[in-house]
Amino acid sequence: MKLRRQAGNGRKLVSAAIPVLVIVLWQVLGAFGLIASSVLPTPLQVVQAGVHLAVTGTLWSALSVSAGRAFLGFAIGGGVGFVLGLLNGVFRWAETVFDATLQMVRTIPHLALIPLVILWFGIGEEAKVILVALGVLFPVYLNTFHGIKSVDPGLIEMGKVYGLNTLSLYLKVILPGALSSVLVGVRYGLGVMWTTLIVAETIASNTGIGYLAMNAREFMQMDVVVLSILLYALLGTLSDVMARTLEKKWLRWHPQFQVSAAEPA
Amino acid sequence: MSNGVRLKLEAVEKRFGKHHVLQKVSVDVRPGKFIAVVGQSGGGKSTLLRLIAGLDSPSHGSVLVDNRVVTGIRPDTRVVFQEPRLLPWQSVIQNVQLGLPRSKRPVAHDALQWVGLEQKANEWPSVLSGGQKQRVALARALVWNPNLLLLDEPLGALDALTRLEMQRLIEQLWLAQGFTAVLVTHDIGEAVTLADRVVVLEQGSITLDVPVDLERPRRRDARFHAIESYILDHVLGGPPEKELVLQGG
Repeated sequence: MKLRRQAGNGRKLVSAAIPVLVIVLWQVLGAFGLIASSVLPTPLQVVQAGVHLAVTGTLWSALSVSAGRAFLGFAIGGGVGFVLGLLNGVFRWAETVFDATLQMVRTIPHLALIPLVILWFGIGEEAKVILVALGVLFPVYLNTFHGIKSVDPGLIEMGKVYGLNTLSLYLKVILPGALSSVLVGVRYGLGVMWTTLIVAETIASNTGIGYLAMNAREFMQMDVVVLSILLYALLGTLSDVMARTLEKKWLRWHPQFQVSAAEPA
Repeated sequence: MSNGVRLKLEAVEKRFGKHHVLQKVSVDVRPGKFIAVVGQSGGGKSTLLRLIAGLDSPSHGSVLVDNRVVTGIRPDTRVVFQEPRLLPWQSVIQNVQLGLPRSKRPVAHDALQWVGLEQKANEWPSVLSGGQKQRVALARALVWNPNLLLLDEPLGALDALTRLEMQRLIEQLWLAQGFTAVLVTHDIGEAVTLADRVVVLEQGSITLDVPVDLERPRRRDARFHAIESYILDHVLGGPPEKELVLQGG
């Protein structure tokens, strides 16, 4: 057991070698002036810019504004997508009424709506939240719908035979059966969430990380531009970790997520 | 001390469109008896079981349990399907407790003990073998203390040795609990091992009804084989069209 953990750590070290090497090389080349800092600032300069912005508080306000937009948009779009997926997956009439329309709307790239959304809502919060919500809605909808449709009918029949009422049939059989598919939609939706937000904030914004980057561009502050890119990457990674934690927690029963003989709590 | 119900089918017919799956099937099963329905695939066995379970209703005729017409799923009738149909996201014990009122949940541990899996209570179903899964499915049915147990080829997917073990287990539990049992199977040996009476269903009609009057547990002796081959000959002799085809060929 201990041996295996050590081997795992060793492998992690090896995996980290290339990124670490690249950063060191980048720093060294920058420090000797081989890469002009007007083209690409050194890692240390980026960190310094980060520290400076953190001290002045700009960093935190930009981060919280962007994250707030992202998750509000995700909650709205994901919520609507989930409810629609649930409704259409469960009720045949709802599928008949809504599905064709949703599939049609889905074909419109939501980023193409940016000019329209700006005209309607200006560059305020609504515009960005709506764009994120639109982007997240369809992956969550499609995967929820598909997940519910693909629950084993044998299990549903068994549930009925064993006296489950409609509510517990949904809670114990249909929703858990659809969950892994829903989570795929959530992970995909999180990716869409960040890219949409980046585009929306970069084009039209006066707060947030995107604004930070565009403002820095005006003043040729390369270190802040690079910092903004890294901040987006960090937030993206963070949300992916969150989604994976949820998967591990909710799909413990799934053979794919069982490390060893797992014991349900 | 019989827990079983009387099961009576009166001229039961089932049509799907123009296709007659069951035609005038009548059987009367006394309380606590074990009846096996054998026949080839597509002979209407599973349809018959679905009608008895109340999962489907007959086109004509009626299914009576203790002289009352079956109109839907009954809480005292439980079904074991060909596939275990366990919920993979619930532990073994939670699967056995499925649908049970809170007060009866402790009984689930006893039920797991009956099938010899009490030490697997907190495992996920995915770590169990095929035979173990089917034993959990059996426990899930028996925890309800059913008066009528319907077995839809429950051992069809298991290997030969596990199947023999499971047959013994089913017989012991049936003897202990006294429910009425209906077993659908295509394995005539299994039918003769378990049942008091074997019914052959061919093309939607009962063509043979044989009592099996052997002491339990059944031994595969000469009398056993006599009954088995009698039924087998009948099934293979089968409907006259088949013979004609054979002669023609």
